[in-house]
Amino acid sequence: MRILKKLLTTAAVAATLMISPAQAQETKRIALVVKALGIGFFEAAAKGAEEAAEELGDVEIIYTGPTDTTAEGQIEVINSLIAQNVDAIAVSANDTDALVPTLKKAMDRGITVISWDSGVAKEGRQMHLNPSSNPLIGNMIIKLAADNLPDGGDVAVLSATTTSTNQNTWIEEMNKVMGNYPGINVVATVYGDDKADKSYTEAQGLMKSYPDLKAIIAPTSVGIVAAAQAVTDAGKAGEINVTGLGLPSEMAGHVDSGASKSFAIWNPIDLGYSATMIAYNLATDKASAEAGAEIPMGRMGSVTLDENTEGAMADPFVYDASNVADFKDIF
Amino acid sequence: MIKQFIKSREALLVLAILILLGLISSRFSGFIAPRNMASVFQDTSILIMLALGQMVVILTRCIDLSVASNLALTGMVVGLINVAAPGLPVPVLLLVAMSLGAFLGAINGILVWKVDIPPIVVTLGTLTVYRGIIFLISDGAWINAHEMSASFKAFPRYELLGQPVLSWMAVASIILFYLLVVRTPLGRAFYAVGGNPHAAVYTGINVGFTRFMAFVIAGAISGVCGYLWVSRYAVAYVDIAGGFELEVVAACVIGGISIAGGIGTIGGAVLGALFLGIIKNALPVVDISPFWQLAISGSAIIIAVAVNARSERKKGRIILKKAEHA
Repeated sequence: MRILKKLLTTAAVAATLMISPAQAQETKRIALVVKALGIGFFEAAAKGAEEAAEELGDVEIIYTGPTDTTAEGQIEVINSLIAQNVDAIAVSANDTDALVPTLKKAMDRGITVISWDSGVAKEGRQMHLNPSSNPLIGNMIIKLAADNLPDGGDVAVLSATTTSTNQNTWIEEMNKVMGNYPGINVVATVYGDDKADKSYTEAQGLMKSYPDLKAIIAPTSVGIVAAAQAVTDAGKAGEINVTGLGLPSEMAGHVDSGASKSFAIWNPIDLGYSATMIAYNLATDKASAEAGAEIPMGRMGSVTLDENTEGAMADPFVYDASNVADFKDIF
Repeated sequence: MIKQFIKSREALLVLAILILLGLISSRFSGFIAPRNMASVFQDTSILIMLALGQMVVILTRCIDLSVASNLALTGMVVGLINVAAPGLPVPVLLLVAMSLGAFLGAINGILVWKVDIPPIVVTLGTLTVYRGIIFLISDGAWINAHEMSASFKAFPRYELLGQPVLSWMAVASIILFYLLVVRTPLGRAFYAVGGNPHAAVYTGINVGFTRFMAFVIAGAISGVCGYLWVSRYAVAYVDIAGGFELEVVAACVIGGISIAGGIGTIGGAVLGALFLGIIKNALPVVDISPFWQLAISGSAIIIAVAVNARSERKKGRIILKKAEHA
């Protein structure tokens, strides 16, 4: 036991010695931890982070994450980042609570911890950056449908799973503002479980059950693509407008085919950029994360934190035939 | 003949499907319209084809859990080829998909045959390995509708005699598998190997090779389905058809194919797949709370298996006699 302890101590000392030259260069190392590697959305966020790093000059971005969207994978990644003694960790979490103990450990070591996109419970981070606010998104998805229906009509919602927190909150916020859109009736809410085949079948079911359907609102990137394909295959492109939240690269073809007139998403490049800016400002003590504080985010303006130390970046960005081609190669 | 049919599992399944259709049409009358039934068949085509492949594997007392991963990997490869060389005609892509699928199936087969690892372990392993490879070759990126060529997407939708090619592919597979299982020595060997491997050895059948061939055939059809899936839903990403292998096994079990090997018919597999396909297509239109949907499809499977187990017990497992009649 004692030998093991000694060995571990030696290893720890050796590791510290090896790390110290890196610290001496005084570049701030900011780790961008994503839900899983290889997702277009997060790759784009990493681009934004690199942009921020270039602007700031003395920042090195470590873009990392697990290979599948699990909390266990993220905990391993964060532990190794703590061992590398990075200056800041900005995480999009796979689980609200599971990461808290690990992130607390990071904060105890003086590492700045923020969450962005998908949040961590309050005690596990200094602040959380929402891409947009839930009321803004809820309003946006119904507005997208209503804008193309001047005379009103029936619309249906194709969500992810029945238990997806994000989607359920957005649909709830959407229902709150329904009064502002007279003539628009939400006739059904169905769940495609974020699987292409189930979403496709559900969209087919909607078209069968509601022959007068004018629009399908899918606030999920898998669902919106599947619904657009189902509408195209049914020969109803142009008749039924598929809208909601999607990525330009995945939706470009369906905008061209006329199945989708417009859709929205927050700009992941801006999101990665803002998260990096905030992490930098907190790590260098240029701002502090407390309720009511205003933290600058470079070209994105600034974010004001609420009592839960959360802030919203901006309105979702709308894509349609006029601009989708410019963004489809980016994310 | 007729008396035998009435007592058979297929008759029971046909009855179950008719009752199911009756129940559905009482809530949504448009469901049993011929046009809608055709679209349900089209929607179930891929499940039917995979169930046929799975059936020959299960007949030999094995199981292939990697079919969905095989489908996803072949689909991604075919998609990537299409992006790189949009001019390549679809028949070539189909051939590539089939060969690659057969190759992936052969890996399972070799491990079961030569290394003698239990099939459930082998295919559980390759299930994750194949998924992992998709991640490696695609970098986790999606292939989207606008990146695929028009002919790539059009093939399964092309209408022949009023029905899409996808449905015809399922029909062709049913015929081919029927001929394979009933009319070829290999097909009969599947039953013999699953029914009693030791006796099969004495009749001069190479048990390992027969299992290997079953995996290759299941792999080949999964490969073809890989192309069909990707082109039908016009999207390819790491997670496509995730968990679909369980649905395929469920279709076989509902269709009366014994997990213990040696028992099962083409008709059973097809009806089992149709049964699941009808439930899947009906649930969205009959206005049942989504919270109940999973429970309902789950119970349907359990009921079917329970009925299965009961009738199986009565019949016993006299394989050679059945072979004589067919």
